[in-house]
Amino acid sequence: MSHRLEAILNEVWIVVAVVGAATVALKSVGPVLLGGKPLPEHLTGVVALLAPALLAALVVTQAVGGDEEIVLDARLAGLGAAVVALLLRAPLLVVVAAAAAATALVRLLT
Amino acid sequence: MSSSQYRDGARKVAPIAVAAFAFALSFGVLAPTSGIETLEAIVMSATTFAGSAQFAAASILGVGGGVVSAIVAATLLNARYAPISVSVAPIFVGSPARRLLESQLIVDESWALSKRPDGRYDRRLLVGGGLLLYVCWVGGTAVGVLAGDALGDPSELGLDAAFPALFLAILVTQVHSRLELAAAVLGGVIALALLPAAPAGVPIIAAAAACLIGWRRS
Repeated sequence: MSHRLEAILNEVWIVVAVVGAATVALKSVGPVLLGGKPLPEHLTGVVALLAPALLAALVVTQAVGGDEEIVLDARLAGLGAAVVALLLRAPLLVVVAAAAAATALVRLLT
Repeated sequence: MSSSQYRDGARKVAPIAVAAFAFALSFGVLAPTSGIETLEAIVMSATTFAGSAQFAAASILGVGGGVVSAIVAATLLNARYAPISVSVAPIFVGSPARRLLESQLIVDESWALSKRPDGRYDRRLLVGGGLLLYVCWVGGTAVGVLAGDALGDPSELGLDAAFPALFLAILVTQVHSRLELAAAVLGGVIALALLPAAPAGVPIIAAAAACLIGWRRS
Protein backbone atom coordinates (compact mmCIF):
# COMPACT_ATOMS: atom_id res chain seq x y z
CA MET A 1 0.00 0.00 0.00
CA SER A 2 2.71 2.46 0.98
CA HIS A 3 4.62 1.51 -2.17
CA ARG A 4 1.55 2.24 -4.22
CA LEU A 5 1.09 5.57 -2.48
CA GLU A 6 4.72 6.41 -3.11
CA ALA A 7 4.35 5.59 -6.79
CA ILE A 8 1.30 7.85 -7.07
CA LEU A 9 3.10 10.74 -5.39
CA ASN A 10 6.02 10.40 -7.77
CA GLU A 11 3.58 10.36 -10.65
CA VAL A 12 2.11 13.63 -9.43
CA TRP A 13 5.52 15.29 -9.44
CA ILE A 14 6.10 14.09 -13.01
CA VAL A 15 2.79 15.61 -14.09
CA VAL A 16 3.52 18.85 -12.23
CA ALA A 17 6.98 19.16 -13.80
CA VAL A 18 6.06 18.23 -17.38
CA VAL A 19 2.85 20.27 -17.51
CA GLY A 20 4.66 23.21 -15.90
CA ALA A 21 7.52 23.06 -18.40
CA ALA A 22 5.16 22.68 -21.36
CA THR A 23 3.09 25.65 -20.23
CA VAL A 24 6.17 27.85 -19.72
CA ALA A 25 7.25 26.95 -23.25
CA LEU A 26 3.80 27.57 -24.78
CA LYS A 27 3.42 30.96 -23.09
CA SER A 28 6.90 32.14 -24.00
CA VAL A 29 7.13 30.89 -27.59
CA GLY A 30 5.88 34.16 -29.09
CA PRO A 31 7.67 36.64 -26.81
CA VAL A 32 10.99 34.76 -26.83
CA LEU A 33 11.18 33.94 -30.55
CA LEU A 34 9.45 37.00 -31.99
CA GLY A 35 9.63 39.43 -29.06
CA GLY A 36 9.83 43.14 -29.77
CA LYS A 37 9.32 42.79 -33.52
CA PRO A 38 6.10 43.79 -35.19
CA LEU A 39 4.07 40.91 -36.59
CA PRO A 40 4.09 40.44 -40.36
CA GLU A 41 1.46 42.64 -42.01
CA HIS A 42 -0.80 39.84 -43.19
CA LEU A 43 -0.87 38.33 -39.70
CA THR A 44 -2.17 41.40 -37.86
CA GLY A 45 -5.72 40.93 -39.16
CA VAL A 46 -5.63 37.30 -38.11
CA VAL A 47 -4.23 38.01 -34.65
CA ALA A 48 -6.83 40.74 -34.02
CA LEU A 49 -9.58 38.12 -34.37
CA LEU A 50 -7.92 35.62 -32.06
CA ALA A 51 -9.44 37.17 -28.92
CA PRO A 52 -13.09 36.99 -30.03
CA ALA A 53 -12.65 33.47 -31.46
CA LEU A 54 -10.90 32.04 -28.39
CA LEU A 55 -13.11 33.81 -25.86
CA ALA A 56 -16.25 32.48 -27.56
CA ALA A 57 -14.75 28.98 -27.49
CA LEU A 58 -13.95 29.37 -23.79
CA VAL A 59 -17.53 30.47 -23.08
CA VAL A 60 -18.87 27.39 -24.89
CA THR A 61 -16.46 24.86 -23.37
CA GLN A 62 -16.83 26.23 -19.84
CA ALA A 63 -20.62 26.49 -20.04
CA VAL A 64 -21.57 23.16 -21.64
CA GLY A 65 -18.31 21.21 -21.74
CA GLY A 66 -18.15 17.73 -20.24
CA ASP A 67 -15.91 14.72 -20.68
CA GLU A 68 -16.04 14.57 -24.49
CA GLU A 69 -19.72 15.42 -24.41
CA ILE A 70 -22.07 18.35 -24.17
CA VAL A 71 -23.49 18.66 -20.68
CA LEU A 72 -26.47 20.90 -20.07
CA ASP A 73 -26.70 21.63 -16.36
CA ALA A 74 -27.05 24.40 -13.78
CA ARG A 75 -24.19 26.32 -15.42
CA LEU A 76 -26.65 27.36 -18.13
CA ALA A 77 -28.78 29.15 -15.55
CA GLY A 78 -25.63 31.00 -14.55
CA LEU A 79 -24.88 31.93 -18.15
CA GLY A 80 -28.47 33.16 -18.55
CA ALA A 81 -28.09 35.32 -15.45
CA ALA A 82 -24.84 36.68 -16.87
CA VAL A 83 -26.56 37.61 -20.14
CA VAL A 84 -29.28 39.48 -18.23
CA ALA A 85 -26.66 41.26 -16.10
CA LEU A 86 -24.72 42.22 -19.24
CA LEU A 87 -27.86 43.56 -20.91
CA LEU A 88 -28.41 45.67 -17.79
CA ARG A 89 -24.83 46.93 -18.22
CA ALA A 90 -23.83 45.60 -14.81
CA PRO A 91 -20.15 45.78 -13.82
CA LEU A 92 -17.96 42.70 -14.35
CA LEU A 93 -18.01 41.55 -10.74
CA VAL A 94 -21.82 41.70 -10.66
CA VAL A 95 -22.04 39.67 -13.89
CA VAL A 96 -19.79 36.97 -12.46
CA ALA A 97 -21.51 36.97 -9.06
CA ALA A 98 -24.95 36.74 -10.70
CA ALA A 99 -23.82 33.71 -12.69
CA ALA A 100 -22.41 31.95 -9.62
CA ALA A 101 -25.47 32.78 -7.51
CA ALA A 102 -27.96 31.58 -10.15
CA THR A 103 -26.07 28.32 -10.59
CA ALA A 104 -25.79 27.77 -6.86
CA LEU A 105 -29.52 28.46 -6.48
CA VAL A 106 -30.48 25.97 -9.18
CA ARG A 107 -28.22 23.33 -7.59
CA LEU A 108 -29.82 24.02 -4.22
CA LEU A 109 -33.33 23.59 -5.61
CA THR A 110 -32.72 20.52 -7.77
CA MET B 1 4.02 57.31 -14.66
CA SER B 2 5.01 53.88 -15.84
CA SER B 3 4.08 52.32 -12.50
CA SER B 4 0.63 53.83 -12.67
CA GLN B 5 0.07 51.86 -15.86
CA TYR B 6 1.00 48.60 -14.15
CA ARG B 7 -1.47 49.68 -11.49
CA ASP B 8 -4.08 50.29 -14.18
CA GLY B 9 -3.66 46.67 -15.25
CA ALA B 10 -4.09 45.47 -11.68
CA ARG B 11 -7.14 47.67 -11.26
CA LYS B 12 -8.64 46.35 -14.47
CA VAL B 13 -8.34 42.70 -13.44
CA ALA B 14 -9.25 43.29 -9.77
CA PRO B 15 -12.84 42.02 -10.12
CA ILE B 16 -11.51 38.95 -11.94
CA ALA B 17 -8.81 38.46 -9.33
CA VAL B 18 -11.54 37.85 -6.77
CA ALA B 19 -12.95 35.05 -8.93
CA ALA B 20 -9.45 33.72 -9.64
CA PHE B 21 -8.69 33.57 -5.92
CA ALA B 22 -11.90 31.64 -5.28
CA PHE B 23 -11.16 29.30 -8.19
CA ALA B 24 -7.61 28.70 -6.93
CA LEU B 25 -9.07 28.06 -3.50
CA SER B 26 -11.23 25.31 -4.94
CA PHE B 27 -8.22 23.84 -6.78
CA GLY B 28 -6.40 23.78 -3.46
CA VAL B 29 -9.35 22.10 -1.74
CA LEU B 30 -9.83 19.49 -4.47
CA ALA B 31 -6.15 18.70 -5.15
CA PRO B 32 -5.61 16.44 -2.10
CA THR B 33 -8.65 14.35 -3.09
CA SER B 34 -6.78 13.59 -6.34
CA GLY B 35 -3.58 12.64 -4.55
CA ILE B 36 -1.91 16.00 -5.12
CA GLU B 37 -0.11 17.03 -1.96
CA THR B 38 0.23 20.53 -0.52
CA LEU B 39 3.61 21.41 -2.03
CA GLU B 40 2.77 19.78 -5.37
CA ALA B 41 -0.42 21.81 -5.68
CA ILE B 42 1.34 25.08 -4.88
CA VAL B 43 4.24 24.35 -7.27
CA MET B 44 1.74 23.45 -9.99
CA SER B 45 -0.13 26.73 -9.55
CA ALA B 46 3.15 28.66 -9.55
CA THR B 47 4.51 27.05 -12.72
CA THR B 48 1.42 26.16 -14.77
CA PHE B 49 -0.76 29.11 -13.69
CA ALA B 50 -3.72 28.02 -15.82
CA GLY B 51 -6.89 26.88 -14.12
CA SER B 52 -8.51 24.56 -16.63
CA ALA B 53 -5.30 22.59 -17.27
CA GLN B 54 -4.67 22.13 -13.57
CA PHE B 55 -8.20 20.95 -12.90
CA ALA B 56 -8.02 18.56 -15.85
CA ALA B 57 -4.73 17.07 -14.64
CA ALA B 58 -6.05 16.75 -11.10
CA SER B 59 -9.28 15.08 -12.13
CA ILE B 60 -7.51 12.58 -14.39
CA LEU B 61 -5.02 11.69 -11.63
CA GLY B 62 -7.95 11.49 -9.22
CA VAL B 63 -9.73 8.80 -11.20
CA GLY B 64 -6.49 6.91 -11.81
CA GLY B 65 -6.29 7.95 -15.46
CA GLY B 66 -2.52 7.88 -15.46
CA VAL B 67 0.40 10.23 -15.93
CA VAL B 68 0.35 10.31 -19.72
CA SER B 69 -3.32 11.22 -20.12
CA ALA B 70 -3.03 13.86 -17.39
CA ILE B 71 -0.06 15.45 -19.17
CA VAL B 72 -1.64 15.25 -22.64
CA ALA B 73 -4.97 16.70 -21.49
CA ALA B 74 -3.40 19.57 -19.55
CA THR B 75 -0.99 20.39 -22.37
CA LEU B 76 -3.78 20.36 -24.97
CA LEU B 77 -5.79 22.70 -22.78
CA ASN B 78 -2.84 25.07 -22.65
CA ALA B 79 -1.99 24.77 -26.34
CA ARG B 80 -4.05 27.92 -26.95
CA TYR B 81 -1.23 29.85 -25.29
CA ALA B 82 0.96 29.31 -28.36
CA PRO B 83 -1.22 31.48 -30.68
CA ILE B 84 -2.01 33.81 -27.77
CA SER B 85 1.68 34.36 -27.05
CA VAL B 86 2.36 35.03 -30.74
CA SER B 87 -0.39 37.67 -30.73
CA VAL B 88 1.32 39.61 -27.94
CA ALA B 89 4.91 38.89 -29.01
CA PRO B 90 5.57 42.46 -30.29
CA ILE B 91 4.94 44.05 -26.89
CA PHE B 92 7.57 42.05 -25.00
CA VAL B 93 10.97 43.74 -25.12
CA GLY B 94 14.36 43.30 -23.44
CA SER B 95 16.51 40.22 -23.01
CA PRO B 96 15.14 36.76 -23.85
CA ALA B 97 15.20 35.87 -20.14
CA ARG B 98 13.07 38.89 -19.29
CA ARG B 99 10.65 38.12 -22.13
CA LEU B 100 10.40 34.53 -20.93
CA LEU B 101 9.66 35.62 -17.35
CA GLU B 102 7.13 38.28 -18.26
CA SER B 103 5.39 36.01 -20.74
CA GLN B 104 4.48 33.69 -17.87
CA LEU B 105 1.98 36.33 -16.76
CA ILE B 106 -0.05 35.67 -19.90
CA VAL B 107 -3.36 34.12 -18.93
CA ASP B 108 -6.68 34.36 -20.76
CA GLU B 109 -7.86 37.23 -18.57
CA SER B 110 -4.71 39.39 -18.47
CA TRP B 111 -4.33 38.87 -22.22
CA ALA B 112 -7.90 39.77 -23.15
CA LEU B 113 -8.04 42.80 -20.86
CA SER B 114 -4.74 44.21 -22.11
CA LYS B 115 -6.13 44.52 -25.64
CA ARG B 116 -6.69 48.17 -26.41
CA PRO B 117 -9.56 49.44 -28.56
CA ASP B 118 -7.13 49.92 -31.49
CA GLY B 119 -6.47 46.17 -31.48
CA ARG B 120 -2.93 46.41 -30.08
CA TYR B 121 -1.90 44.98 -26.74
CA ASP B 122 -0.53 46.96 -23.80
CA ARG B 123 2.42 45.33 -22.03
CA ARG B 124 2.00 47.23 -18.74
CA LEU B 125 -1.68 46.33 -18.51
CA LEU B 126 -0.85 42.69 -19.20
CA VAL B 127 2.04 42.50 -16.73
CA GLY B 128 0.29 44.52 -14.00
CA GLY B 129 -2.93 42.54 -14.35
CA GLY B 130 -1.10 39.24 -14.71
CA LEU B 131 0.93 39.83 -11.55
CA LEU B 132 -2.18 40.43 -9.45
CA LEU B 133 -3.81 37.32 -10.90
CA TYR B 134 -0.63 35.31 -10.23
CA VAL B 135 -0.52 36.35 -6.56
CA CYS B 136 -4.22 35.51 -6.14
CA TRP B 137 -3.83 32.21 -7.98
CA VAL B 138 -0.85 30.92 -6.00
CA GLY B 139 -2.15 32.42 -2.74
CA GLY B 140 -5.63 30.97 -3.24
CA THR B 141 -4.15 27.53 -3.94
CA ALA B 142 -2.04 27.70 -0.78
CA VAL B 143 -5.00 28.73 1.38
CA GLY B 144 -7.12 26.01 -0.23
CA VAL B 145 -4.72 23.12 0.37
CA LEU B 146 -3.90 24.29 3.89
CA ALA B 147 -7.45 25.10 5.02
CA GLY B 148 -8.75 22.07 3.15
CA ASP B 149 -12.04 20.54 4.16
CA ALA B 150 -13.03 23.49 6.34
CA LEU B 151 -14.06 25.31 3.16
CA GLY B 152 -16.59 22.79 1.87
CA ASP B 153 -17.45 21.87 -1.71
CA PRO B 154 -16.78 24.84 -4.00
CA SER B 155 -19.14 23.64 -6.77
CA GLU B 156 -22.06 24.32 -4.43
CA LEU B 157 -21.14 27.98 -4.67
CA GLY B 158 -21.64 27.91 -8.44
CA LEU B 159 -18.00 28.82 -9.03
CA ASP B 160 -17.80 26.74 -12.19
CA ALA B 161 -20.44 29.02 -13.72
CA ALA B 162 -18.43 32.12 -12.88
CA PHE B 163 -15.96 31.43 -15.68
CA PRO B 164 -18.21 31.17 -18.73
CA ALA B 165 -19.85 34.38 -17.43
CA LEU B 166 -16.47 36.01 -17.06
CA PHE B 167 -15.35 35.09 -20.57
CA LEU B 168 -18.68 36.22 -21.99
CA ALA B 169 -18.35 39.58 -20.26
CA ILE B 170 -14.84 40.03 -21.68
CA LEU B 171 -15.97 38.83 -25.11
CA VAL B 172 -18.66 41.51 -25.24
CA THR B 173 -15.98 44.18 -24.84
CA GLN B 174 -13.94 42.66 -27.69
CA VAL B 175 -16.58 42.66 -30.40
CA HIS B 176 -16.80 45.99 -32.21
CA SER B 177 -16.96 45.01 -35.87
CA ARG B 178 -18.85 42.52 -38.00
CA LEU B 179 -15.66 40.61 -38.64
CA GLU B 180 -15.00 40.27 -34.90
CA LEU B 181 -18.58 39.11 -34.40
CA ALA B 182 -18.13 36.57 -37.20
CA ALA B 183 -14.90 35.28 -35.61
CA ALA B 184 -16.66 34.93 -32.24
CA VAL B 185 -19.65 33.08 -33.68
CA LEU B 186 -17.44 30.82 -35.79
CA GLY B 187 -15.14 30.11 -32.83
CA GLY B 188 -18.11 29.24 -30.64
CA VAL B 189 -19.65 26.98 -33.28
CA ILE B 190 -16.36 25.13 -33.89
CA ALA B 191 -15.91 24.56 -30.15
CA LEU B 192 -19.50 23.35 -29.75
CA ALA B 193 -19.24 21.00 -32.72
CA LEU B 194 -16.01 19.43 -31.46
CA LEU B 195 -17.01 19.17 -27.80
CA PRO B 196 -18.59 15.71 -28.14
CA ALA B 197 -15.91 14.45 -30.52
CA ALA B 198 -12.52 15.54 -29.25
CA PRO B 199 -10.53 15.47 -26.01
CA ALA B 200 -10.68 18.59 -23.82
CA GLY B 201 -8.55 21.39 -25.20
CA VAL B 202 -8.88 20.40 -28.84
CA PRO B 203 -12.18 22.29 -29.33
CA ILE B 204 -10.53 25.46 -28.02
CA ILE B 205 -7.44 25.38 -30.22
CA ALA B 206 -9.50 24.34 -33.23
CA ALA B 207 -11.74 27.36 -32.58
CA ALA B 208 -8.66 29.57 -32.78
CA ALA B 209 -8.65 28.80 -36.50
CA ALA B 210 -11.71 31.05 -36.80
CA CYS B 211 -9.36 34.02 -36.68
CA LEU B 212 -8.08 33.03 -40.13
CA ILE B 213 -11.08 34.83 -41.62
CA GLY B 214 -9.04 37.98 -40.91
CA TRP B 215 -6.30 36.82 -43.30
CA ARG B 216 -5.05 39.39 -45.85
CA ARG B 217 -7.47 41.97 -44.60
CA SER B 218 -4.92 44.54 -43.55
